[in-house]
Amino acid sequence: MIPELGHFALTIALALAIAQVVIAFTGARTGNPALLATVRPAAIGQFVFVAGAFAALAWCFVTSDFSVMNVAQHSNSKLPAHYRFAATWGSHEGSILLWILMLASWTFAVATLSRALPERFVARVLGVMGLVSVGFLLFILITSNPFERLLPAAAEGQDLNPLLQDPGMVIHPPMLYMGYVGFSVAFAFSIAALIEGRLDAAWARWSRPWTLAAWCFLTVGICLGSAWAYYTLGWGGWWFWDPVENASFMPWLVGTALLHSLAVTEKRGTFRSWTVLLAIVAFSLSLVGTFLVRSGVLTSVHAFATDPRRGIFILLFLVVVVGGSLTLFAWRAPRVGLGSGFGAVSRESMLLANNVLLAVAMSAVLLGTLYPLFLDALGLGKISVGPPYFDAVFVPLMAPAVFLMAVGPVASWKRAALPDLWVRLRWAMGVSIAAALVLPFALGKSSLMIAVGLWLAFWVVAATVALVWQRLRASPQQTLMGKIGAQSRSWYGMAVAHLGIGLFILGVTMVKGYETERDLRMSPGDRVTLGGYEFAFKGTKDVPGPNYAAVQGTFEVRRDGKLERTLFPEKRTYNVSGQTMTWAAIDTGITRDIYVSLGEPVGDGAWGVRVYHKPFVDWIWVGCFVMALGGLLALSDRRYRLRRQVAEIDAAAAGARA
Amino acid sequence: MRRLALALMFVAGLAFGQASEIAHPDPVVEARLKALAEELRCLVCQNQTIADSNAALALDLRNEIREQISQGKSDDEIRAYMVARYGDFVLYRPPWKATTVLLWVGPFALLALGIAILYMNVRRRRAPAPEAPGGERPSRTEVESLLKD
Amino acid sequence: MKSLRFVVPLVVFAALAIFLAVGLTRDPREIPSPFIGKPAPAFKLERLHDSSQSFSPQEMKGKVWMLNVWASWCVSCRVEHPVLVEFSKRNAVPIVGLDYKDKREDGLQWLARFGNPYSLSAFDAEGRVAIDYGVYGAPETFVIDKEGVIRYKQIGPVTPEALEEKILPLLKSLGA
Repeated sequence: MIPELGHFALTIALALAIAQVVIAFTGARTGNPALLATVRPAAIGQFVFVAGAFAALAWCFVTSDFSVMNVAQHSNSKLPAHYRFAATWGSHEGSILLWILMLASWTFAVATLSRALPERFVARVLGVMGLVSVGFLLFILITSNPFERLLPAAAEGQDLNPLLQDPGMVIHPPMLYMGYVGFSVAFAFSIAALIEGRLDAAWARWSRPWTLAAWCFLTVGICLGSAWAYYTLGWGGWWFWDPVENASFMPWLVGTALLHSLAVTEKRGTFRSWTVLLAIVAFSLSLVGTFLVRSGVLTSVHAFATDPRRGIFILLFLVVVVGGSLTLFAWRAPRVGLGSGFGAVSRESMLLANNVLLAVAMSAVLLGTLYPLFLDALGLGKISVGPPYFDAVFVPLMAPAVFLMAVGPVASWKRAALPDLWVRLRWAMGVSIAAALVLPFALGKSSLMIAVGLWLAFWVVAATVALVWQRLRASPQQTLMGKIGAQSRSWYGMAVAHLGIGLFILGVTMVKGYETERDLRMSPGDRVTLGGYEFAFKGTKDVPGPNYAAVQGTFEVRRDGKLERTLFPEKRTYNVSGQTMTWAAIDTGITRDIYVSLGEPVGDGAWGVRVYHKPFVDWIWVGCFVMALGGLLALSDRRYRLRRQVAEIDAAAAGARA
Repeated sequence: MRRLALALMFVAGLAFGQASEIAHPDPVVEARLKALAEELRCLVCQNQTIADSNAALALDLRNEIREQISQGKSDDEIRAYMVARYGDFVLYRPPWKATTVLLWVGPFALLALGIAILYMNVRRRRAPAPEAPGGERPSRTEVESLLKD
Repeated sequence: MKSLRFVVPLVVFAALAIFLAVGLTRDPREIPSPFIGKPAPAFKLERLHDSSQSFSPQEMKGKVWMLNVWASWCVSCRVEHPVLVEFSKRNAVPIVGLDYKDKREDGLQWLARFGNPYSLSAFDAEGRVAIDYGVYGAPETFVIDKEGVIRYKQIGPVTPEALEEKILPLLKSLGA
């Protein structure tokens, strides 16, 4: 009964979404108040039914209803409860439903939180989002029904892929999808603006909080995915430039450019065409990503099992949505005009450089990801493009952007003087160069990569610290608290986010530059030394789990002879699927991670063992979280508060007159 | 079907106790193996290097590389050996060839293009542009925020 | 014309969409063999049924023949085996088996149980020869001509369609 109700709910949601689109665009064009008043309720109704459908599927999973094919294929009654819930999105069908739920949630948010915006504009925004919903709802109903029945019902399920039986599975996909899908709001705002021919600072101010929120979610989502891969896969890697990883990273790059471009449009009224294009491209990349992951054109550990029909559908949808929006852009954007001018050295020019560099970086990632497909389609053979390529290409492209990241905030709008910039930044330059020269020397190893990485990391951190210091010092308030309170949260958000990037670069540089590993055969009683630690293998024992049988190794970790930690890596064999999975044992620290994983048993109680010492690796994810925190801080800025700012404006005007 | 077959083969390979992998006593050899193996693709996996994979074929290839390193073969010779058998597909670092020129040059060409766009844009905006019809008169909030930030 | 550059994103997307569409018709997991048109690598292996005897591709010079990589643990080989057994009855070309990473007894039992289409099977216990042929999984099948040059590689099971549409015409053209 419940699966059928869920399926029915999806059908109703589709009907409501179609209504939402028709009513919205008709209402916006004619200005009919009755129609306009119905748009929000339609959107909210769509959300309610989508949420209902999702709840129905989740219910089937949690109660282990194996008469539903999806549940039978991807779950098991012995699976712990939270994984049974997460298994709702462990398959293609379920994750598309999650996508739709996220889209409906953002639609709900826009419908309820945008009362201050002009009715017709909001109608168009909801219309565009509705169009995307219609596409995805059709997709799920026609090609990927999660509620399909399995009759007769299976006695037991085939279990969730062991790699996914992890807390990461509970939180990474929802965060990621909130981000990806959240860019649909900025997209919808841009399309609505292009349709209306209105692209002013006010529009930018409305778009910004939505874009910020989506960006924060995507940052956290990607970060969690990376951290999850690190501790789950067993060989200490945290980013592989896998096509699916790239599919989430490209929208992030463009989303970051979009955020900066929106800031300029809001403040100075320029970059309007850029901003609109970036918003369209960001969401288009989300859709292209969806295509790449589910169509089977690329090989990836993350890719879902595929069916050519799905690929065709998504591609057609892509052509309609992206092709349509870019056509609208080509037609309407030329009329938008340039806006005020700015000098060659100014905050605008630096932010424009930022836009361009991020766009180029995204293009490079796209090129590398799609190149094998490109050659194959032309019949020119099969190649692989992997981390060696991306590392070689991406870092040189991003380095200038990172460098400018420290300069932009101190440059003034419209025209900045180079000598003034130098005065503000010379301390940071000195600190960063010193760090780049001294630290490798002190740590015993140097290379170009390490030097450049350290220089950039310290440059960003020192310049941001200097920025805050200089701003507070120049602030007219008398007390420190007064000074701190006088700066906007938006500005602090920027500083914190930039700081996060500095920490991220520091983590990456230290890990890549100074990590050490040993891959060796160990018998019980053997010892190995790495990174100043001694690892003693004490043997293994069998340990049963809820739905797996594990072999658990014991490793005693000593430093200077003193026992510091005991680590218990496992090799789990899952009962239902028979698949084995490595569960690494990691000791996390502020300055390093020690990481031990079991390879294969080689007989006589001996095992292949991998031991790693990874300095500062956690700063990678700390940096990402700090970035997201910066975004959150900016989001909480009072200018985005829902209360009308009328009172504020009048007060300021009264104050200015006085 | 073929995908299923490969997946089953992979799992079956694990279950049948492949030849055990014994690390070479010389850490220099192991280091070279690691560097090579991290750039070679495991053909039976869903996008993994032969360094990271537990598949039987990956193990065999790692052992093969160890042997060749011990025999004094150079990194280039070992890579050539792999490519002769599996094609360019096995290299994660795409070779420099007529078909990959666009790939390797592309990003930097795009960068040059980007810089050109930047330059043209900045030059175009240097002269104060006439007010755009969208209504450029700064609003109160604009003036206020300009003064603030 | 100034507004021409606004069309650029659309043009780029159109090109992208075309490539993605073509990509849908391709299989990214299928890796073409670099050996097509090259001589079959030499080797010498024990025969599966008689370890005192060996086999080398040299012996097949002057004949068109097929080399089929199989194993007792390989599930898809079970799927293709009846097709090969049927085909071997036609006596069109000799099919040499390459028992890949297997145990001798298991291989012998498997053939006894499911039929033996091979004129002989070579025993590649460690899989070294298979690597030399660029084999990355079982089953794989090579068509080798009279000069010992590899002319075709079938990745995955030999299906009746592949047999009729690709292999038989090729065998004919090679003078089998």
